[in-house]
Amino acid sequence: MGILEVKGVGKRFGGLAALSDVTLSVEENSVHAIIGPNGAGKSTLLNCLVGKLIPDTGSVMFDGQSVLGRKPHEINQMGISRVFQTPEIFGDLTVLENIMIPCFAKRDGAFRMHAFEQFSHEKELIEKSEHILEDVNMADKKDMHAASMSRGDKRRLEMAMCLVQDPKLLLLDEPTAGMARADTNNTIDLLKEINEKRKITMAIIEHDMHVVFSLAQRITVLAQGTPLVEDTPDNIKGNAKVQEAYLGESQN
Amino acid sequence: MLGLNAKDAGLFLLVTIMVILAPLILNPFPEGSELAQFNAGYPDLMQRFVIFGIFAIGFNILFGLTGYLSFGHAAFLGVGSYAAIWMMKLLTLNVIPAIIMAVIFAGLFALLVGFVSLRRSGIYFSILTLAFAQMSYALAYSVLTPLTGGETGLQIKSTDSPLLSNLANGEIGRANLFGLEMGSSFEWGVGNWLFTFNAGYYIAGIVMLMAFYMSIRIFRSPFGMMLRAVKSNQQRMNYTGLNSKPYTLAAFVISGMYAGLAGGLLVAMDTQVGPERMFWTASGEVVLMSILGGVGTLIGPVLGAGMIKYMENIISKINDNILHQWFAFLPDGMEDFVVFLIHPFIGKGWHLTLGLVFMAVVIFLPGGLVEGGQRIGRLFRRKKRDGAVGDAAKTPAE
Repeated sequence: MGILEVKGVGKRFGGLAALSDVTLSVEENSVHAIIGPNGAGKSTLLNCLVGKLIPDTGSVMFDGQSVLGRKPHEINQMGISRVFQTPEIFGDLTVLENIMIPCFAKRDGAFRMHAFEQFSHEKELIEKSEHILEDVNMADKKDMHAASMSRGDKRRLEMAMCLVQDPKLLLLDEPTAGMARADTNNTIDLLKEINEKRKITMAIIEHDMHVVFSLAQRITVLAQGTPLVEDTPDNIKGNAKVQEAYLGESQN
Repeated sequence: MLGLNAKDAGLFLLVTIMVILAPLILNPFPEGSELAQFNAGYPDLMQRFVIFGIFAIGFNILFGLTGYLSFGHAAFLGVGSYAAIWMMKLLTLNVIPAIIMAVIFAGLFALLVGFVSLRRSGIYFSILTLAFAQMSYALAYSVLTPLTGGETGLQIKSTDSPLLSNLANGEIGRANLFGLEMGSSFEWGVGNWLFTFNAGYYIAGIVMLMAFYMSIRIFRSPFGMMLRAVKSNQQRMNYTGLNSKPYTLAAFVISGMYAGLAGGLLVAMDTQVGPERMFWTASGEVVLMSILGGVGTLIGPVLGAGMIKYMENIISKINDNILHQWFAFLPDGMEDFVVFLIHPFIGKGWHLTLGLVFMAVVIFLPGGLVEGGQRIGRLFRRKKRDGAVGDAAKTPAE
């Protein structure tokens, strides 16, 4: 029984079946990659997990509870954090404030009317935030305007915003898209460390096979909205069906 | 001090001193001199400065922090005014209950309007709030005449006999604070100068300082940070486990209560209210105030409110005769020509002047008057450093 159990999930957009009968299971403390050619339904699946979309059929159980019908903020409060394909951060705020907001969400819940407390008095949370910034090598940038940072820094910031909440499951949507090779390797190291030291389960959507095979313990291959295979990286490498799915894509 | 950091405390202290000394500062020209018409230190106008300052401070909590542009905030000002005048007609001429009721009613109405309008964002939100405000105006103007006095509005009349105020038969009640009448003033003549210290102004000023203080606290609180997060990236906020809806609704209600407070104070000062107070131009005016002063800054809305009210009252007073006096030193033909040129911008044409100033500010100082102040400040600091390389560190707008 995995921490995330997806069973028979289907989603149609008009006449197009974006997902049909997707079943997969993410084991606790593992890194599970979801790969597949463009248009395979990876992002749709991810959106079904975080409450952005509601699947037409099937069930999504997280930690023994259904996530279906819950709003994104409720799903986050259950322990699922998401990193987006293009970094979603609070651009108008400073880096430190960007980290503080998830801290407040974790401590105070989805809404609290703390209008007469002072932000600068939250020593404990500030310390926690500074600590996580050190972990992602951004301590020197804490007073920077988040929007003015490079794309790589924005990604690391978004990652830190998720990590500071100590999620049970971290969902990553192409965390290395558009990165230089050196940055990609840094990100791989960071994610490995997160998985091993913090024991955070990860589900990752990725195109870059180098990233997938460096990180994943299990891989699900999606093609045209259905899972083709779910197996270990070594077995996936030699799988004929997978090769066909990818070659088929390149012929188009 | 008061739980504020040094910078905010300094700002608050500065504003406090300005409010206290306003009757002196705003009356720089001696009575009877040609420039005396630029004096703004008379009670009626000073009261408007601080009251519309409150209105704009509250509006800025919504617009400046969350980015939701309400185009119907005058409705809350109006609801507050009507609530206040009924308190004074029925219960007591003391302004405190009137102001409290104004805040409560405006808050409740804002809760209703906000609950519906905040289902949409961007332009649709603005249109919804505008629709609500215009409906309120139409209701006050005609449908609810028994409650609002229709077109003529409500005044305190000799037939009103509030429960707790002992008025002689036929006496027209006057607004007071435990016996201190709003209209009472102390006049101080020094040489040719005449300074008026008005009770109503100082009471409104104290309320404005409290409102300003609360706004600083909100800006510096975790709640204020959440509101800025709403403006910055609502999607990220929701995926971070925060429900942005109650935050925006709370901001909407708070700013509605500020508007109600301003409405209540307006009634406390002049004991009358009409439906035009809710008209959409009144809602537009507070938007202009915020943008003119500096959206999302602490002091900006107050400056913007002061600027607009000053122009409305001072520039509109200037007429052709005054212009002819000013330019009397020019040859006759030239004098007439200059007066002809300036004529559209004065008197009833003050809106034209305001429009030009507004355009200039939006184009050249997108951060409003506050940005202008910051640029001047930076200029001085650079000179002081005597050529030392400016770090040009962008300080967040105050």
